Amino acid sequence: MSVEPFIGLSALLFTIGAVGVLVRRNAIVVFMCVELMLNACNLAFVTFARAHGNLDGQIAAFFVMVVAAAEVVVGLAIIVSIFRTRRSASVDDASLLKL
Amino acid sequence: MTSLSSVVLAATEHAEVVPVAADGVFSWVWLVVAIPAISAAILLIGDGAGDHGPLDRFGHLLGTAASIASFVVGLVAFVALLGRDAAERAITQDLWTWIQVGGFDVTMSVYYDQLAALFVLLITGVGSLIHVYSIGYMADDPRKRRFFGFLNLFIAAMLVLVLAGDYLVLFLGWEGVGLASYLLIGFWQEKRSAAVAAKKAFIVNRVGDLGLALGIMLMFAQFGTTNIHEVGLNVSNASQSVATALGLLLLLGACGKSAQVPLQSWLLDAMEGPTPVSALIHAATMVTAGVYLVVRSAAIYDLSEVARTAVMVVGTVTLLFGAWIGCAKDDIKKALAGSTMSQIGYMMLAAGLGPAGYAFAIFHLITHGFFKANMFLGAGSVMHGMNDDVNMRHYGALRKMMPVTFVTFAIGYLAIIGFPGFSGFFSKDKIIEAAFATNFWAGLAALIGAGVTAFYMTRVMILTFFGDKRWREGVHPHESPKIMTIPLIVLAALSIAGGALTFSSWISDWLAPVTGEEHHDLPVPAIVITAVIVLVVAVGVALAYVLFGRRDVPETAPQNVSVFTRAGRADLYGDAVNEALLMRPGQYLTRSLVYVDGSGIDGAVNGTAELVGDGARGLRRLQTGFVRTYAAEIFGGALVLVLALLAVNLA
Repeated sequence: MSVEPFIGLSALLFTIGAVGVLVRRNAIVVFMCVELMLNACNLAFVTFARAHGNLDGQIAAFFVMVVAAAEVVVGLAIIVSIFRTRRSASVDDASLLKL
Repeated sequence: MTSLSSVVLAATEHAEVVPVAADGVFSWVWLVVAIPAISAAILLIGDGAGDHGPLDRFGHLLGTAASIASFVVGLVAFVALLGRDAAERAITQDLWTWIQVGGFDVTMSVYYDQLAALFVLLITGVGSLIHVYSIGYMADDPRKRRFFGFLNLFIAAMLVLVLAGDYLVLFLGWEGVGLASYLLIGFWQEKRSAAVAAKKAFIVNRVGDLGLALGIMLMFAQFGTTNIHEVGLNVSNASQSVATALGLLLLLGACGKSAQVPLQSWLLDAMEGPTPVSALIHAATMVTAGVYLVVRSAAIYDLSEVARTAVMVVGTVTLLFGAWIGCAKDDIKKALAGSTMSQIGYMMLAAGLGPAGYAFAIFHLITHGFFKANMFLGAGSVMHGMNDDVNMRHYGALRKMMPVTFVTFAIGYLAIIGFPGFSGFFSKDKIIEAAFATNFWAGLAALIGAGVTAFYMTRVMILTFFGDKRWREGVHPHESPKIMTIPLIVLAALSIAGGALTFSSWISDWLAPVTGEEHHDLPVPAIVITAVIVLVVAVGVALAYVLFGRRDVPETAPQNVSVFTRAGRADLYGDAVNEALLMRPGQYLTRSLVYVDGSGIDGAVNGTAELVGDGARGLRRLQTGFVRTYAAEIFGGALVLVLALLAVNLA
């Protein structure tokens, strides 16, 4: 089995995710791009686990999924509450973290 | 000059005094301090409710009663002391331990001996009379309760000073009288001149106090004790240079407190205070504390010829200096202040003569306390009748309007010029004789001073009580009330009778155990010197009569006067010298230090802070608050990290 196509796909997904985080303003989209990057990592983990024949990478992938699930809960809650107070889901509107 | 053997003799005489523990009456001597101190505390901090509380109405009576009670205790103790053997007249009582730090012990103790006894009587006696006088003088002052509180504070502090058994306790009293003097000079603080004069007195006194403080430190460093008696015992084993240094440092302290050259400039300005204050503090008692200090430290001065000579020179210079100023002033209080300086100069001169003069210094101090307090209170009585005008050119012909003031003032006048039979005659005569016996030039200066004294005091008499009326409009001179004239009468009586202290040399014998005793042979019989003094005094009086008594006195001071008069009016340029030598260079120094501090030290500190601040302000721009900027920074950082790892691995 050749790993290159899988790694290439993983890198592509990660890049799409990263660019999305940087250029999109909508918090939901940014959030989905973060998920995309996490899953790109998962793909790389399982690919290498398969190539090397041990389960470490698979376990790591499970951990990432668990963390991602938890993160979704917290993140969505934050986004919803920001939307409620500001009537906007744009990340640029929530720029209060400065003097 | 003093021979070596007599110096050693005098030193051993001091060593023979063995203080005995207080018993009977003497264990209550501390009351003389406690009574006025408690009264001062009550008057100054008690009953703050309103302006018309009982203390505001009757506080002056409490203050006066405290002073009189203190006098009674002092008198009882003095009578008891008279009944003791000469060997047992130095009495000490330890009250409590004031300071105990390692090997340094200061006991709050009362040291009551012949010298202290005389001072207690003078301070409380004259002090009580002046309290009584002040009841009349300050009757209309809304703050007289505070005035009497300060007076009591002064009495207490002065008694601490003279009853101290330890130089540090003496220093406590020394500072206390300085504080009281400051408070009372500036009593009418709403007058700018009074406030400034108070500050000046305080600051000039600090210079002298520095000398005394250094002297006490030197005693501790050398002998490990500041107890006056023990220092006296130890100093005879110390080197000559230590004794000289101690003598000069104590002299500096004495100069400040007693307004001696070069620290004389504050006394004339101190006349801004109420007249009873001038009489009590700046004539009769506090300003003589310097003389007391020198006499009390006789053991030190006996060992140092240099220090003694310095005291003598200071005294001689000041007695001429003060007399000169006294001749030129038109302000009656300032003329008397110049005279006070001059008379204290006499005392200092006598103290500088060593054991031959100590007793005479104290004798003159006591008689001066009587007649100068008398004259100051007389001046106050005159001012009272003249709407507080102090310019003698506005007086004249007051003898008929104020007969009691006139007669008592005249008695003081006869005493100060040394009219035969009056107290000043005996005391000044003794000093001039002793001065001639020791040093011809000092004696000559004292003799000339006696003539000048006669001159300016006659001038004061003529300008005030004789000649034509030169009163301002609306001034109706009148005699003062009895409460003011009775103290005058008592003091006038004392001015006459004070000379009795020297009959059959009582005061010399009385003080001999404290000060030592020494007799010099005069080159000529004493009666000749006395005759010469009387002659010189007569010339001074006659000169003043010719210049002032037989001419009209101009109502404004003439301006085209000799350079001597002009110098006298300007206090012999004492303030100018202080300004040029000390104040200006001091100001330049402080200004340059402020500049160095401001632009150098502060500049460095503030510059560093500003640099950090500016840097932080620049870095703050990086924190935009936009999530995406932070994300980009994280990605950038990760990218740099990955590239760096790759570069390391590939290399």
